[in-house]
Amino acid sequence: MNAQDIDRAVRRLGREIAERAKASGAARDLAIVGIRRGGVHLGQRLRKELAAALGAEPPFGTLDIALYRDDLAEKGAAPVVGPTDVKFPVQGKTIVLVDDVLYTGRTIRAALDELVDFGRPRRVWLAVLVDRGGRELPIAADFAGVRLDVPEGEDVQVRLREAGAPEDAVVVKPRRGT
Amino acid sequence: MIGRHRHCIALEEYSREEILEVLDLAVSMKEVLQRPIKKVPSLRGKSVVNLFFEASTRTRSSFEIAAKVLSADALNWTSATSSTTKGETLVDTAKNLEAMKPDVLVIRHYAGGAPRLVADRVGCSVVSAGDGAHEHPTQGLLDCFTLRERLGTLEGKTVAIVGDISHSRVARSDLFAMQKLGAKVRFCGPPTMIPAGIEALGATVHFDLREAVDGADAVVMLRIQHERIGDPLIPNTREYSKLWGLGVKKAEEWLKPSCVILHPGPINRGVELAPEVADGPRSVILDQVQNGVAVRMAVLYLLAGGKAAEGAEGKA
Repeated sequence: MNAQDIDRAVRRLGREIAERAKASGAARDLAIVGIRRGGVHLGQRLRKELAAALGAEPPFGTLDIALYRDDLAEKGAAPVVGPTDVKFPVQGKTIVLVDDVLYTGRTIRAALDELVDFGRPRRVWLAVLVDRGGRELPIAADFAGVRLDVPEGEDVQVRLREAGAPEDAVVVKPRRGT
Repeated sequence: MIGRHRHCIALEEYSREEILEVLDLAVSMKEVLQRPIKKVPSLRGKSVVNLFFEASTRTRSSFEIAAKVLSADALNWTSATSSTTKGETLVDTAKNLEAMKPDVLVIRHYAGGAPRLVADRVGCSVVSAGDGAHEHPTQGLLDCFTLRERLGTLEGKTVAIVGDISHSRVARSDLFAMQKLGAKVRFCGPPTMIPAGIEALGATVHFDLREAVDGADAVVMLRIQHERIGDPLIPNTREYSKLWGLGVKKAEEWLKPSCVILHPGPINRGVELAPEVADGPRSVILDQVQNGVAVRMAVLYLLAGGKAAEGAEGKA
């Protein structure tokens, strides 16, 4: 995917989410939560789209799932923990959980567990830029920019300008070290 | 692991980067403490044993809460109720506790070096919760965390540590950590309470409180450790208070407006600190208590969070 494809995908995601939100009466209590790190910039872009479509900017938060991982005992060193920042009340909100790539589903499992520690949302939707398949848990995206079938040994990298990339791009590469 | 270390026993052995690793992580841990549900599952199934040979409420509770917020099981073992009163040695006690397979052993002991002695003989990580007059590393870390929170950085700042320097493990841990983070440290107290040659560690020594706090960005007031002092080192507490205590008037006239006041607790009100100063706007003493939990969470997470370190070298 090049910059134009990504831009188009984000706009379409924004439209779809806005429509679903209006249809389900959630437009007024919508909130966006980006999963660190890939989902944060993407979430910010979606927020802009949604602000334009709904006429109000939804509250925004970020989650870092390191403390909720299920593979702590398998990792060599304790994973780096980044900032989690959810300042708005989660109670009763329709939360759009945003990540760049959906793969095994384990990150989303962890994010859901973390999210409910902030309160009981009305509902949670999952929006991702790339659904690459390969699920290890029963988790599905409600909104996906693109669905790809990527073999196990390969990595999907979403590179965004906000994160220092020269140009927006989605790249599929053989995984390092395998 | 905290950098190269399997244990947290002495900040003297920690590098600037290793200290910053803990302090940066503690920021995220503090956020967890502000949540409606103050619990994260990261140390589920791990256990932390608190082995305390000396009275402590603050530090023991702080470690216990830190372990529990991370979902670890915490077991408290205090010497008054343990077999040490029946003559069991420290190492035997630790070995017996080790047989219960804890991931971290938190030790407070009246003898300096006790945590190291145990760390060299057990397989789990050891965290010192203060040993004799040696070090109190998590206190040093939480003091630095509190100062970073208040002052932004320790780089180029001046910190005055006032009181019984020779019996204070807090003074030593503070000194090592604060210097590594770029602060200048001044020691102040009665000459009988300042060890000869302490300047060699890099601090300047002052016998006059006014001179010590002049221009300082932070002042750490220490308690006189009556329980650690045999012969009296000061004529009486009234005289001490007059010369080295921080009263309302001195705080107003001598401290620069932005200067904050720390105290590791427990406070002897009216001796080293006037109640109005301890409860006043400069005081960050209660912040220190909350930050202590966050810093200890960071230490426990780094030491117990990864895969159990197999055959890691025994050096802390």
